[in-house]
Amino acid sequence: MNFRLKIWRQKNRQLPGKLADYKVNDISPDTSFLEMLDILNEDLLQAGEEPVAFDSDCREGICGTCSLTVNGEAHGPDHPGAVCELYMRKFRDGDTITIEPFRVGAFPIVKDLVIDRSALDRIVQAGGFVSARAGSAPEANSIPVPKQDADLAMEAAACIGCGACAAACPNGSAMLFTAAKVSHLSFLPHGRPERDRRVLKMVQVMDAQGFGNCTNTYECEAVCPAEISASFISKLNREHGRAQLRRCMGE
Amino acid sequence: MIGALDPKIPPGPLAQKWRNHRDHVRLVSPNNRRKFEVIVVGTGLAGGSTAATLGELGYQVKCFCFQDSPRRAHSIAAQGGINAAKNYQNDGDSVYRLFYDTIKGGDFRSREANVYRLAEIANNIIDQCVAQGVPFAREYSGYLANRSFGGAQVSRTFYARGQTGQQLLLGCYQALCRQVAAGTVRMFPQTEMLDLVIVDGQAKGVITRNLRSGKIERHAADAVVLASGGYGNVFYLSTNARGSNVTATYRAYKRGALFANPSFTQIHPTCIPVSGDYQSKLTLMSESLRNDGRVWVPKRKEDRFKPPNEIPEADRDYYLERKYPSYGNLAPRDISSRAAKEVCDEGRGVGPGGRGVYLDFADAIERLGESTIRERYGNLFEVYEKITGEEAYKVPMRIYPAVHYTMGGLWVDYNLMSNVPGLFVIGEANFSDHGANRLGASALMQGLADGYFVLPNTLPNYLAGQMRKRPSPDCPEFQEAEEIVRARIEKLLKVNGTRSPDSFHRELGLLLWDKCGMSRNENGLREALRKIPELRVDFWRDVRVPGDEEDYNQSLERAGRVADFLEFAELMCVDALERDESAGAHFRDEHQTPEGEALRDDENHAAVFAWEFQGEGRPPKLHRESLNFENVHLAQRSYK
Repeated sequence: MNFRLKIWRQKNRQLPGKLADYKVNDISPDTSFLEMLDILNEDLLQAGEEPVAFDSDCREGICGTCSLTVNGEAHGPDHPGAVCELYMRKFRDGDTITIEPFRVGAFPIVKDLVIDRSALDRIVQAGGFVSARAGSAPEANSIPVPKQDADLAMEAAACIGCGACAAACPNGSAMLFTAAKVSHLSFLPHGRPERDRRVLKMVQVMDAQGFGNCTNTYECEAVCPAEISASFISKLNREHGRAQLRRCMGE
Repeated sequence: MIGALDPKIPPGPLAQKWRNHRDHVRLVSPNNRRKFEVIVVGTGLAGGSTAATLGELGYQVKCFCFQDSPRRAHSIAAQGGINAAKNYQNDGDSVYRLFYDTIKGGDFRSREANVYRLAEIANNIIDQCVAQGVPFAREYSGYLANRSFGGAQVSRTFYARGQTGQQLLLGCYQALCRQVAAGTVRMFPQTEMLDLVIVDGQAKGVITRNLRSGKIERHAADAVVLASGGYGNVFYLSTNARGSNVTATYRAYKRGALFANPSFTQIHPTCIPVSGDYQSKLTLMSESLRNDGRVWVPKRKEDRFKPPNEIPEADRDYYLERKYPSYGNLAPRDISSRAAKEVCDEGRGVGPGGRGVYLDFADAIERLGESTIRERYGNLFEVYEKITGEEAYKVPMRIYPAVHYTMGGLWVDYNLMSNVPGLFVIGEANFSDHGANRLGASALMQGLADGYFVLPNTLPNYLAGQMRKRPSPDCPEFQEAEEIVRARIEKLLKVNGTRSPDSFHRELGLLLWDKCGMSRNENGLREALRKIPELRVDFWRDVRVPGDEEDYNQSLERAGRVADFLEFAELMCVDALERDESAGAHFRDEHQTPEGEALRDDENHAAVFAWEFQGEGRPPKLHRESLNFENVHLAQRSYK
């Protein structure tokens, strides 16, 4: 298969970037999208040009490192899945493919297709944890957890932290990311003691990082490689409202 | 000079060693802890859990990872589960059994005392992870669920769908985040360790490079903990993440730390087969699939091109069930991998290139229904479909072994300290607990045991004697190490040849897979030992690294790692040649039983082989640590 590529090239955060045109030929349909970029980079290196910088690590859809917008869609056309799980058989021979980084105000561009997502770490640092000291945990089966709660917690916890939700959102909102963590921990009895504090602080830091608000467009859910449901956003809102109310009541 | 290797195993009966040891090690009082700085390299299960725990205890921790966030370390990709001897199933499990299975699974090439401690701590890990909010699978009763894994006859594996590693790592990452917010841990993401600094014979710091800015930095500390993972990517194609590398441990080796059993590399039996020349990695299909999937190939060669559904039952060879009736499809990894290679070598392999065997769920779907199978393994089936375009509910999966885990690593004593005082090594980066073969669901167990429970108890024993001994990063040792790092980067950028770092890496990988992969022999290893230095010469003459050093330069990053793999590969082959026996994953063609199983030589090789760097171009020096088995009987492993 042959493809024309339009790829975002940007030297660094300060300098402006632009789309540049490339061609790749004789690509097997069983090649992954990122392997296709590896092949392009090999060609560029041979031609004495600088390869395109892009992030990836596990290449099996779990580490959340890869972060490309393909033809305007976060992670490309094969949902659900990260762009590392996208295969060239999903395109037509001769297609022109536009490749850009995730475009979110809170994720500055580092170089070419590489972005800085440390804002997501800061949201978790604000409270996305259970303060359980190693050594003080009780016997694991001492607190039974209803299966449906454990399953819901797992559904929310499956988030891979890639940031596609924010990239797909017209407002650049990280609500789905934050909602997933808040929901995961509040479904479990072990997360309840810190429930109010957690949601208030995480939302506060999320806002401070410059992410936008949720206006229920559901674009986040559509691109999420881990299929996190947007219903967790309602859960986040309920948790937040509840915590605020309890705080107002002086509880 | 290194004297006799002392593993520092505490005295006393096996089951009391760890407790006795903790009763007698030195401690650091709460007020003094903040005066100590500890460097942790890596944020996977071992590094992340130890950094969080040390921070919680009050030490000042500097934590480094090459990924853009600590949550992306490769532990995240572990699928199947984590073992513990809780005996929730009432199926006869016990700490002793978990210990015995692990030491037997490792083909009697690990230390009794370390493995027993691991089995003992495993239960605490499950408690800890549940308390952190890890959403393990549960039964309708609300209690924790278990499943079986290879090499065990009990169900002791705890799991979170097919994403157990992810959930355990996020538990540790969240604990780490809490410490970052508390100010006890400083995170340095996208930062790679390029050298270890030794001052007065003790590990006192590292030289790092910020991958984004290219900035080289010196970091001094009171102790250094390496948790930088395994070196499976020396084979180029493996199930490891693209960035996983040997650099941190190899540079420590070049500074005098001993590298133990480098040839013990695990080939995982259930991966998606290789499909093309430009493939960048291999994807694992969790071993847990073998609970319900049956492995087979056609009995006759000529059937291998037939669609699998058209091959009648009578013409199928369920070779694992045939050869190992009591463990069947759950035979340990090394044995299952070799059995797959064997049937493919006989020409009965399926799929393109004949390098594949079927993993068939038809029986399980008929017995349990598709929805149960979907619930258990749905995400794995989806991954399989994305990569191959096939639906495993309808046609059997095709699988083939791939490099997955490395049992070898830096040598450590019972305290997890290397022979270099102050240098601790934990998780996959050390050699200690899995012998010559790791059982499934044991890597997560070891990473977290080391990080949450062992190191936080053994590190103070060293630190207690190190008060006010932290050197200044301006001292000559740091200066020298930084100069070496800079010179090497400059050298890489100056070659300006014609080939990419990856092209050399691929070539190295093919050579190793062929000569030092699932089976090895003297001729092949000697050939590899001849070819690797030639390839290294080519690399330094012809590699092309575009761009400059003060920039986010991914080619430079890769080139540095490939250069280390090119040296390390030789050490691996030297070790494989020296170990003139078969043991676990190390299978020497010359040493096999009449049935083709690994034949150990306990008389001469019941030992750890630890290698000391002797300078560029000189062969490494071997140190042997004898393994003494006082509690288990060294038996020929049998899973029949």
